[in-house]
This record gives sequence, structure tokens and C-alpha cells, in this order.
Amino acid sequence: MKTLALERAGIILGIMLLATLPFWVGNAYYINVASQILLFAVLALALNILVGYGGLVSLGHAGLFAIAGYTAALMLENGYGHLAADLSALAMVLVAAAVFGVLALRTTGIGFLMITLALGQIVWGVAYRWQSLTHGDNGVNVSSRPEPFGISLAGPESFYFATLIVFLVAIAAMALFVRSPFGASLRGTRDQARRMNALGYNVWLIRFVAFLVSGFWTGVAGLLFIYYNGFISPQVAALQTSAEALLMVISGGTATLLGPIAGAAIVVIMKNVVSAYVERWNMALGIIFVLIITFMPEGLVPGSVRLAKLGWQAWRKTGATGRAARETAS
Amino acid sequence: MNAAAATRASAPTTALGVRRLCKAFGGLRVTCDVTLEVAPGERRLIIGPNGAGKTTLFNLITGEVTADSGAVILNGEDVTRIPSRRRAHLGLARTYQIITLFPRDTILRNVTLALLGLSKLRWDPFISLDRQHHLNDAARAALARVGLDHLADRPLAQTSYGERRRVEIAMALAQNPKVLLLDEPFAGLSIDERRDVQKLLLAIPREVTIVMIEHDMDVALEFAEQITLLHFGEVIVEGTRAEVVADPRTREVYLGH
Repeated sequence: MKTLALERAGIILGIMLLATLPFWVGNAYYINVASQILLFAVLALALNILVGYGGLVSLGHAGLFAIAGYTAALMLENGYGHLAADLSALAMVLVAAAVFGVLALRTTGIGFLMITLALGQIVWGVAYRWQSLTHGDNGVNVSSRPEPFGISLAGPESFYFATLIVFLVAIAAMALFVRSPFGASLRGTRDQARRMNALGYNVWLIRFVAFLVSGFWTGVAGLLFIYYNGFISPQVAALQTSAEALLMVISGGTATLLGPIAGAAIVVIMKNVVSAYVERWNMALGIIFVLIITFMPEGLVPGSVRLAKLGWQAWRKTGATGRAARETAS
Repeated sequence: MNAAAATRASAPTTALGVRRLCKAFGGLRVTCDVTLEVAPGERRLIIGPNGAGKTTLFNLITGEVTADSGAVILNGEDVTRIPSRRRAHLGLARTYQIITLFPRDTILRNVTLALLGLSKLRWDPFISLDRQHHLNDAARAALARVGLDHLADRPLAQTSYGERRRVEIAMALAQNPKVLLLDEPFAGLSIDERRDVQKLLLAIPREVTIVMIEHDMDVALEFAEQITLLHFGEVIVEGTRAEVVADPRTREVYLGH
């Protein structure tokens, strides 16, 4: 009961902080960093469905991320409206996720990882080499942001709020999913696939649906990315994007709701803020990951909770022995 | 329509039929020409030395391993080509010799997952599983049958081996099967625990047909009505308890040790 109230208070506080962020941050640069964190958090949450809850480590999500981005960017370039471009992008990413899923879910574990890696690289190759379609290395410009209900998203604040709304919908959907029967089914296939099959579950189909859901939210993140960035190039589809997304999930804490968000925050802050002061920010990021894996192998969020609990217990113990000592002294 | 009505009208005389089932792993023939007829409500014991192909026979019946030839009949329906997961929906449940549970979940959630497997709700991504009271109540009822209802909310990782054996049985019972396959339900249990498990198995109603693999002859013989002796994948002896125990071949391959 008490933890539930604490949880609710935390959620309300978190939402209030995020909703007022542009007012207390002020600086447009940092508001943009916050938008980036939120949009990459959506990507990390999407990947966490597979990695954390499905036990399926994908290194191909940059491919899906880029497919959504390229579809929308190219349609916008060819004169289609935002709604048509975005809906097509989401449809396209679902088709791509279905293809990825059918091919990659022939196996699990390392096999799954290698197939998703190969598929992601194919997308990168197409983006890089099919110049008549994608303009290769020149990339595609996205010259305008959508104007939902006539509200311009051109400014950093308004774009931040739009991203925040999408992010909140994503995390609400994820919170429901985790507690739902389908979430339990997916975790069951992760922990004991054989038993799940014998109990009457269609293990393959559960994983496939999870792949589609993950692909859908990856596509949503991809759309946010091109509108944020105003540009997409083959680099977005590169392995590094997949690896970074995976690092966000693992460093923050797999199979947790807040872990991927914390992971996204670390990576984005290191990339944008620390890189301004430290030239070798990649090395700094590496050191941070090594520290996390060493001291909190379960990830930053569950690890911090564990250490906080340990610290609280130790503090209470020393407090109790201190009191006892004083009492014996008196 | 007529055929369906006909099958429903004539209750099958065998709950579980295995017809000339064969399976080889490479050159090793683990199941050779095995035929079984288990009547509805029967308690069948399958015995045999290590490596006789008992667990493989179970895997063939559930479909977790595909047979090379032969047929599996469940309540009059040929399920040989039906995937393993569908057989659970047709009333076939099993337990595992090597405990196969969900270690990160509570005992209750383990059993709830067994119930959810047969429910359409398993695809729902929006409702809360904890609030599906009919599922959780049914899971608690299944745990009560194996005497574990007081431990329902304990994480599985904090339970004893004997308790896990009973969770295995509770999960199978929760699915309300017509045919229940028990793979060494007494393995690794203390004498007291054996007695408990024996009691709970005897309490299973006759609507459930039970096929059991077991090494522990003291508890198993009492339970079984019909016994099948497997050796090198073949049925060597089959008959009533008295017949099989008295048969010299049984003594030779099994009881003689």
C-alpha cells in the first residue's frame, strides 16, 4: 500500500517535472536535448519489449528506425502531406518488422542476433547504395514539421511537448503491457519456452507479435527523429544506432519500465553535452558502461534501487547500534 | 456435421491411443513400434530401465518430438499431425521429470500461466493479469489440491524441490486435462513428500486418465492398474499389475536389479 502510494507520487512528480521542463530549463539547446532523450527513450522502450521481456536481443532495430524515417522523408520530399507520409511510414515499418520477424524468429539467442544484425545492415546498404531512391550519402531533407490541429511544432518548446505526449503514450502502453496477460505470455516464452508450448501457447506467434509491437514503436521513434533532426542519412541505419539503442536498454536495466529511459538519457547526454567539453566522449561513455556493468550488472535503475535499499538498511543499522551504544553509555 | 455428431455420440473407448509409434535419433532407435491403448479413467504405469525410451514416448505423445511413423490418438481424434500446443487445448497435460517452471515468478503466477495458456485472454495487452480474479482463484484452487495454497505468493526461487514437484502437478491439474502424463512425479522426494504426492494423485477424479512414468515401485505399483514395461524402446510386457510383476521378463530387465 505504502509503496503503491510512493509509486503514484513518483509518477505524478515525474510527469510534472517533464511537463514543466521548458520553463525551468529555458535554454533552447537543452530543451532540444530533452526532446532527443524522449525520442530515443521511445526507441529504447520499443527495443526493451524484445530484449527485456522477450529475451530476444536484436541488433537490427536501426534498420526499422531508418525505414520509418526514410519512408516519411521521401514521401514528404515527393509532395505528400504529413499525415499520409507518417501513416505510410508506420505501415511500412510494420511490413518490415514482419519480414524481419519471420526471418529472425527461426532461431533465438545468437542466431537471432546475427540475423537481425544482417537485416539491419541490408537496410543500411540500401540507404547507402540505392542512390536513385535514397540519394545515398547525401541523405534526405525533411523541411517541415507537421502541424497537428494547427499547432506549429517548429519551435523547440512545441516540439518538445509533442514528443513528450508521444513518449507518455508509449510508456503508458508499455506499463499496461507489462502487467497484461500478453506481457506475462511473452515473459513466459523468455523464461521457459518449452513449457509455454506444452501449456498451449503459440510461442512463435507470441514472439512475432512482440516483434511487430516493438517495430511499430521503433517506427514512431524514427518519425520523431526525422522531424527533430530535419534530415536522415544512411548513418541512421548504421550498426552504431542499433548498438547504442541496445546499450540504452542494457545499461538502464532490461525488463524494467524506467531503465531504457535512464539509458537513453545517459547516451544522449554524453553525445550532446559531454562531447562539448570532452573530445573523447565515446571513451567516457565506454567507461560509464563498464562502471555500470561492473557495479550494477542488472542495469542502472534496478541497480540503484538495490544499492539504495542496502544503504538504507546499513544506515538504519548503524543508527540502531548508535542508539544502543548511547543507551548503554548512559 | 454428421461425422462430428457421430464422434461425439460414441464415447471413445480409449482416452489415449498410441499406434505403432517409431522414433530414431540418428541410428539410435528410442521408440520401436510402440502400441498402447489406455482406457478412459485408467491409471497406467510405464516402467523400464534408464534409457528405455519412456520420456521420449511422452514427448511423442505430447508432440514435443515428432514421430517418424505411427499415430497418436487422443479421445478418438488422430492428433499425430497436430502441433504440441494444440494438444494442450484438446485436453492433454504433462509434468516434466526435470522441473520446468518459471523461476522468476511466484508459485501462483506459475499456475496462472497454466490456466492462461488455455484462455483467449493470453493475447490481451491492455488488461491487468493480476485483476483476472477468475484465473487467479482457479489457480489458488489448483494449488489447494496439491496443498500449496498457503505458499501461493512465494517466489518460486524460494521454494523447496518437493514444493516445485507439486507445482508441476498443480499446473497440469489446473488445465483440467482429460489425459494427464506424469513423468516421474516422485523423483527426488523424501518419504514424507512421496506420501503427500501419492495422496494427491489418488484424489484425482476418474474423469482424468493418468499415464505415469515412475521408478519408485513402492509408491507406483500401488497406484497403477495396468503396467507397460519398456526396454530399448519396445514394449516387452504389458498387463495388470499382478501379471507384469509376476512375469519373468520383468524380473529380468527391471526388478532383478
